[in-house]
Amino acid sequence: MNARLFVLLLLLPFQAMAQGFAGLGTDAAGFSQPRSDTVLQFPADHGAHPDYRIEWWYLTANMTGPDGTPYGLQWTLFRSALAPRDGQGWDSPQLWMGHAAVTTPDAHHVTERLARGGIGQAGVNAAPFSAWIDDWVMEGPDINTLRLTASAPDFAYDVSLNAKGPLVLHGQNGYSVKSAAGQASHYYSQPFYKLYGTLTLPEGDVPVTGTAWLDREWSSQPLAQDQTGWDWFSLSFDSGDKLMGFVLRGSKDYTSATWIGADGTTIALLDGAFVVAPLSHHRVAGRTLPVEWQVLLPEKGVDVVVKALNPDAWMATSVPYWEGPVMISGSHKGAGYLEMTGYDD
Amino acid sequence: MTRTILSALLGHWRRNPLHLITLLAGLALGTALWSGVQAINAEARASYDAAATALGEGSYAQIVAQDGAPIPQQNYVVLRRAGWTVSPVLEGDLGGVRIVGIDLLTAPRGIGPVSVDGGADLGAFLTGGGQIFARADTVANLPDTGAVGIIAPHVAPNTAIMDIGLAQRLLGRAGQIDRLIVSPEQPITRRPLATIAPGLIETAPQDSSDVARLTDSFHLNLTAFGLLSFVVGLFIVHGAIGLAFEQRRQMVRTLRALGVPLGRMILLIAAELAMLGLIAGLVGVALGYAVAAALLPDVAATLRGLYGADVSGQLTLRPAWWLSGLAIAVGGTAVASAGALWSLARMPLLASAQPRAWVMARQGAGLTIASVGLLLLAVGLAVWGHGLIAGFVMLGALLVGGALALPPLLTLALRWGEARARSPVAQWFWADARQQVPGLSLALMALLLAMTANVGVSTMVSSFRLTFIGFLDQRLASELYVSATDAAQADRIVAVAETQGVAVLPILSVNAQVAGQKVEIYGARDHATYRDNWHLLRAVPDVWDALARAEGVLVNEQLYRRAGRDLGTMVAIAPGLELPVLGIYGDYGNPVGQVILNDAVFTRQFPGVTALRFGLRIDPSQIDGVRAILRDQAGLTDSAMVDQASIKALSLSVFERTFTVTTALNILTLAVAGFAMLMSLLTLAEMRLPQLAPVWALGVPRRNLAALDLLRAALLGALTSALALPLGLTLAWALLAVVNVEAFGWRFPMYLFPLDYLRLGALALVAAALAALWPAWRLSRMPPVQLLGVFRHER
Repeated sequence: MNARLFVLLLLLPFQAMAQGFAGLGTDAAGFSQPRSDTVLQFPADHGAHPDYRIEWWYLTANMTGPDGTPYGLQWTLFRSALAPRDGQGWDSPQLWMGHAAVTTPDAHHVTERLARGGIGQAGVNAAPFSAWIDDWVMEGPDINTLRLTASAPDFAYDVSLNAKGPLVLHGQNGYSVKSAAGQASHYYSQPFYKLYGTLTLPEGDVPVTGTAWLDREWSSQPLAQDQTGWDWFSLSFDSGDKLMGFVLRGSKDYTSATWIGADGTTIALLDGAFVVAPLSHHRVAGRTLPVEWQVLLPEKGVDVVVKALNPDAWMATSVPYWEGPVMISGSHKGAGYLEMTGYDD
Repeated sequence: MTRTILSALLGHWRRNPLHLITLLAGLALGTALWSGVQAINAEARASYDAAATALGEGSYAQIVAQDGAPIPQQNYVVLRRAGWTVSPVLEGDLGGVRIVGIDLLTAPRGIGPVSVDGGADLGAFLTGGGQIFARADTVANLPDTGAVGIIAPHVAPNTAIMDIGLAQRLLGRAGQIDRLIVSPEQPITRRPLATIAPGLIETAPQDSSDVARLTDSFHLNLTAFGLLSFVVGLFIVHGAIGLAFEQRRQMVRTLRALGVPLGRMILLIAAELAMLGLIAGLVGVALGYAVAAALLPDVAATLRGLYGADVSGQLTLRPAWWLSGLAIAVGGTAVASAGALWSLARMPLLASAQPRAWVMARQGAGLTIASVGLLLLAVGLAVWGHGLIAGFVMLGALLVGGALALPPLLTLALRWGEARARSPVAQWFWADARQQVPGLSLALMALLLAMTANVGVSTMVSSFRLTFIGFLDQRLASELYVSATDAAQADRIVAVAETQGVAVLPILSVNAQVAGQKVEIYGARDHATYRDNWHLLRAVPDVWDALARAEGVLVNEQLYRRAGRDLGTMVAIAPGLELPVLGIYGDYGNPVGQVILNDAVFTRQFPGVTALRFGLRIDPSQIDGVRAILRDQAGLTDSAMVDQASIKALSLSVFERTFTVTTALNILTLAVAGFAMLMSLLTLAEMRLPQLAPVWALGVPRRNLAALDLLRAALLGALTSALALPLGLTLAWALLAVVNVEAFGWRFPMYLFPLDYLRLGALALVAAALAALWPAWRLSRMPPVQLLGVFRHER
């Protein structure tokens, strides 16, 4: 076994995919567990929770260029703890992984960074807000006003984000249940960012404007034993309403969703309310994945088709998965992001 | 039919087991030495590669501090945060084991413990007590560290790989990094290195690791020995096959007359030879393995001591190695038998066998012309040739040309002796010796080549030894060398030394790029030490005064040869600093270029660099006293102070190891040549009966004839040795002046070692006489009836 493979195995739980993922389905002894009575505190909870096993700062954006070309962008910082403590120097058990991507209708650029905690190479401060790994940053005076950068051998971006609405807590005040057996995480979002900035692509610089969505989630045991992966949707409708919904695939699928009104008011939707069905599949990286879905939310009259902007948006990182921008048509129009994990080849 | 023909062909070997043994043993011995040397070289190379892979040398660019000091860990983070994808490495020594600390998360693919099946996990590697990856013997040598030792056979010898955090803790170097590996893929927004960390420089990936370049010269010597042994082996095989063909002509004629097609005949003979080659190859590879296994510990000790290169003392059986051994044995058989097969193909169907004629025919104008041509080619290449390939072709032409010149020269010498002989027996002795030359020529050529190789290689090794010792005397002019851990301790050393009235020579150096090459720049203080001890290869008049006035720089021979920086050429040391070359100095064993500046210029140009190492000029009787004072007052540990005598003693002990290896190979090649001689004499013994019988019949007793045979062998051995000496010295010159310069960028003077040559000559005489002993003994015991038989049915 190669050293790189260790890293891979260790970081796999981030994606919360199959059972094999570094024993995430197993005990998480010593780590703090999400509790339904926890009240999230801001800005403190924007920062890291080293006593939890895994955590992420996950930002996706739908943008358009000057000629109307649609683009997608991803910036993610994952934290994984080998032990439930923080620490200074190389002895820190905190490990960090960054993923960045830019998707165009014809291309999908991906890159990855890994870092040790404790030496300053990567980390997160709550206020003033700063999340970084190497030269990639998501930082600003507070969570509402951010600068976001990432770079790779073949692309880079530098964009500004301004939140035009409130934070959104998923599930029960940010306590998001992930299975019938009660597995859960703390989960909140900022889905109201306006974005402007520049993408640097092999063809040259592209000025872009658009919207962005930040997901914050932390836990110590997010999946039930039988769950193999998930399909996760974040949809922004032209009406200003938004919908976050996911299906955790297992012996029996488990769904959860949040309806977010244009003013930020939320409705938590329980298991079974959010319904999705694959419409067409695409072969990428030796696997077959559904890249066009029917999404139904009868209580809000939603019956839409969600279709990948670029079906080849495969994240060929240490832990591979599919993540890319989608276009919405049907009862509602708009754009969003789709993430699919646990599709083994 | 095929079986019948094969059986007839093989019957020859059954009737002449001696021929079979000659053929097999010659090929096996040649293959053995060749493949033995190859095994040693392969093992060493594998060790270098393992070290280079683990450390990222070779394939990746590196970032180091310009002044050679450790890089603060904070600078690593600063570089990462400026977009440089670099990975930290810390190296050190713990109880004699080389410690390498890496960061697995940022290291480029393939670096680190590559094969760690089972029992390993990242969490254990990174945190807690930690894990150490090393070979089993290295793990056993490590002091108790609290970390778990994991046996990893692919890690370089005497090297332990671990997390950089653990390495910092074990080496007591918290917050320090020695160098950074630069990943080949860098983000497009990365800022220039000079604006982020001005004290750091990036060096390009090396074509081969430093240590591999350093040790190339050593391996070249081994290879030369191996190749010569193999060539000697081929001479034996060629002789044996040629004779066997000649003796089998009658059989071939009979078989052809019975209707066997020529094509099938040749095919079957080729198959027979291939089989014999394969058998001999197998034996040779097995012997080679034994030779390599016996020599490897000494070779490993030499390389470790001489170049600091860790080579495994244990031999691995690599398929590529034994396959190539077999291939070269079969290929060698093919080369040695090509001529014989060719003449067989053109043989008139009813030609009769003429073994003696065949033997005698191997003399004549053709050989002399070939020899002269090859020697002229060698001279031409020496004068006009460029590059390593030309150097090797020249060596080959020289050796083969010299060997081919042997029979005509021997004949000339024997004629000269014959002309001066008075008694009939003496005249017969000389004439008989001369008529034996063709039959013995192959064996004598083998002896000549073995002797030549011995003279050449031992002259080169001994010259290198003398030069290197002289070079150490120059370079290690100071009596005591001390290293400070930081600038404060360096100041204390200078202060303490001054109170003791000891002259302090600071050793100032930075790494830089000059003329596109990685070089070290040194600052030298104007001091009598340099003027008295340093011998420059070439220099302008009053070079030390000119250097003191900062009118130029000194460069080492490597930079002079590789970058063409001759006397007077300008050298761009840094932006705005360009100085002419004042002198060139020898710098043996160093793979990189060097530039020496006046220390005032150095300090002005590199103000951030402080000297941490010093040479102290002390009266040798006071060394122990000064050591004690430095220990007490400047806080220096014993390991931070090395006296000149210990360094020299170490270097010398290393050379003794080198000689062990060289001597062993000398004896083995001579043994091969002696064997060739024995086989030739045994073969000739029977054929010579018609010449000996009349002399016996005229009244010379068998015992005297045998004694004369012994004397003849010794005479031929002595004459061959006499020719081997100039040829060997030419070989040494070619190795020193052509191959070494092309391969390593330095040339050292050639010294002569008459006593060694005398001893070698005596050895050759002994080998020749020993080889003649058995045939002579047989002759002295030969029943008279056998000698009489010659008259009864003369051919």
